[in-house]
Amino acid sequence: MSVIYVLLTISIIVAIIFFIAFIVAVRNGQFDDDYTPSVRILFEDELVKDKKSKSLNN
Amino acid sequence: MELQQFYYDNKIVKNFIYATIFWGVVGMSVGLLLAFLFLFPNLTDGISWLSFGRLRPLHTNAVIFAFVGNAIFAGVYYSTQRLLKARMYSDKLSKINFWGWQAIIVAAAITLPLGITSSKEYAELEWPLDIAIAVVWIVFGWNLIATIFKRRQRHMYVAIWFYLATFVTVAVLHIFNSLALPVGLFKSYSAYAGVQDALVQWWYGHNAVAFFLTTPFLGLMYYFVPKAANRPVYSYKLSIIHFWSLIFIYIWAGPHHLLYSALPDWAQNLGVAFSVMLLMPSWGGMINGLLTLRGAWDKVKADPVLKFFVVAITGYGMATFEGPMLSLKNVNAIAHFSDWVIAHVHVGALAWNGFLTFGMIYWLIPRMFKTKLYSVKLANMHFWSGTLGIIIYAMPMYVAGFVQASMWKQFNPDGTLTYGNFLETVTEIIPMYWMRAIGGSLFILGMFILVYNIYKTIRQGSEVTDELAEAAPLQKLSGKRLVGEGFHTWLERKPVQLTILATIAILIGGIVQIVPTILVKSNIPTISSVKPYTPLELEGRDIYIRESCVSCHSQMVRPFRSEVERYGEYSKAGEYVYDHPFLWGSKRTGPDLMRIGGKYSDNWHFNHMYDPQSTSAGSIMPGYKWLITDEHDRSKTQKKMEVMVKLGVPYSQEEIENAYASMDAQALQIEKNLYNDPDFVRTYEAEKNYALENGQDFVEMRNREIIALIAYMQRLGTDIKVKDPEVTTTTVK
Repeated sequence: MSVIYVLLTISIIVAIIFFIAFIVAVRNGQFDDDYTPSVRILFEDELVKDKKSKSLNN
Repeated sequence: MELQQFYYDNKIVKNFIYATIFWGVVGMSVGLLLAFLFLFPNLTDGISWLSFGRLRPLHTNAVIFAFVGNAIFAGVYYSTQRLLKARMYSDKLSKINFWGWQAIIVAAAITLPLGITSSKEYAELEWPLDIAIAVVWIVFGWNLIATIFKRRQRHMYVAIWFYLATFVTVAVLHIFNSLALPVGLFKSYSAYAGVQDALVQWWYGHNAVAFFLTTPFLGLMYYFVPKAANRPVYSYKLSIIHFWSLIFIYIWAGPHHLLYSALPDWAQNLGVAFSVMLLMPSWGGMINGLLTLRGAWDKVKADPVLKFFVVAITGYGMATFEGPMLSLKNVNAIAHFSDWVIAHVHVGALAWNGFLTFGMIYWLIPRMFKTKLYSVKLANMHFWSGTLGIIIYAMPMYVAGFVQASMWKQFNPDGTLTYGNFLETVTEIIPMYWMRAIGGSLFILGMFILVYNIYKTIRQGSEVTDELAEAAPLQKLSGKRLVGEGFHTWLERKPVQLTILATIAILIGGIVQIVPTILVKSNIPTISSVKPYTPLELEGRDIYIRESCVSCHSQMVRPFRSEVERYGEYSKAGEYVYDHPFLWGSKRTGPDLMRIGGKYSDNWHFNHMYDPQSTSAGSIMPGYKWLITDEHDRSKTQKKMEVMVKLGVPYSQEEIENAYASMDAQALQIEKNLYNDPDFVRTYEAEKNYALENGQDFVEMRNREIIALIAYMQRLGTDIKVKDPEVTTTTVK
């Protein structure tokens, strides 16, 4: 049964990591705006003109 | 602000889509073959690598890791680039991710039919492949995270969060569940035994569903559904709440796979409580997906892509409603081990994963090839064929599961089982197995329609491998804020780096904790009469593992009156302490084998393995003829015992040295027992004489595989059978 303590520990650690990630993300302002992001993804940034030159390749 | 121009990598997306389609066809075809093996058990008679036991893990691995896995990579590689407004960090890493993953799948498709398996569900691949998976997975994560570094869009859309959680959690789960000690290149023993192994396995198994089949697909849903509908997601706020609550809660739900087992009650109840809670975030996601289509249902009518998405999300909602219900102990008592669970997982797999993938492919291919879908009509045909397929698959399986489980539990007024013969409960549901095969055929028919439609679409389009795009670079945060910033302050505003470093930290911590657990003797209540397997039984057990008997037979008698009556004394945790890996199973297509030892004669087992229908008319078990004829490879027995010793199994040095003598003696005894059957004597002697007369090599019966398997079967569950009435009350604690 001892392995359950290991699993619980790992689970708690994973949960804590996600929690920290959450806090940090909130502090970073990731979730300040809860409307624009949903609309922003709808805009296409692809340029329709198909250039052959690859010089701009990043 | 100056705009930068750059190219999105479409080639990698295209490759992953091709792989998705290819492995989808393969995985589903194997599934269909398995469905027909229920109806014609000896369809692949005598061909070991096409037997049910060996193909079943191939089917699950192919659809989960090959079909869904490639779909995840395709969707992630497409959407990540666009969400972050950057090309993937490294084309080389993308390629390693792609070819590495395909190589692993090919290796799986070769090794699993050969019987090279760890037998742990959804983690069957042997250790060299496990390492390869870990490496390729880390390459994927590295590529993903490095792309996040160079993003041009500071805000990370919710899909990206889902991808990150997927990467982190799958890595941790995979590593911990796969810990094993190798015997050779193709064989290893799980680091954990019995109850411990079961716990780790289902902690992994459940979270594989959560973090491989669910979170990445929710990320894909949050990208592709709004894109296809050209509508913003219903509530971005809900998506954030649902993401964080889902990943917090999911990881605790694993123990619901072990209800009524030897797991302590508090752990079972913890699993149940979290499983019930899981309904809320799951439905948060479903509602958010469906309501994205608010005011756009007219589009659903016209666009097959959206149709696929609607059924996918509905399927997700049904499966995630059913999941918490199945976690309730009273429901679980009926549904567990039955076809109900098969219906449940296929609603999830066929609808949620399958249909979301199909919708995504129908949306992506025309875009990447700058054309229109070749035929909307064909896509609609695929939609209906698939939807009907799902219904005709799932409904009969629900009925089958419920009917069979009810029959298992039915008693006569005099206290005997109404259906004492397990076979009666099997023959009852054969019509349902027929319908399942028909439903599956419809689903795969839809898949073939997709192949044709996509092929035609690609032919009429023109490929754009590198797509030009334009975006402003990420603005630096004002210099003043960064002056004198220390490492940790920097880390604090970098969630990604922080997550990576913390994961590395927990992995170290995990290993530090897990190693003592392996080395220190397990603290499961030991039963003094439970002894390690003899060398021959150990070898027999490895044959049981190789043939994946665990696919259809459990080794876990739950403490119910009906099960104790049918199988015998219920299972105790202490009985499994030497079981590396555990073989509890999750499905009873055939009866439980926990107490099979001593129940039948050696001859019965011999005849049954050769031709199951000869001993059990109407049985749907296939014959295992090669076990009867093949010579048993015992070259590694001592090595196996030494590895077991390292894992805490108390074999003495003497026992290991005398392994061969012990095996010969036990095998000889079984051979002698087989001579009790005149039929056996006649055919065996004839075979022997024939070989001698013709100067052919002849393998004595005692050296064949079947003997080891019989030795193991006859040992099963007998350790706590009381031989001396005086110790009746003290043996089991």
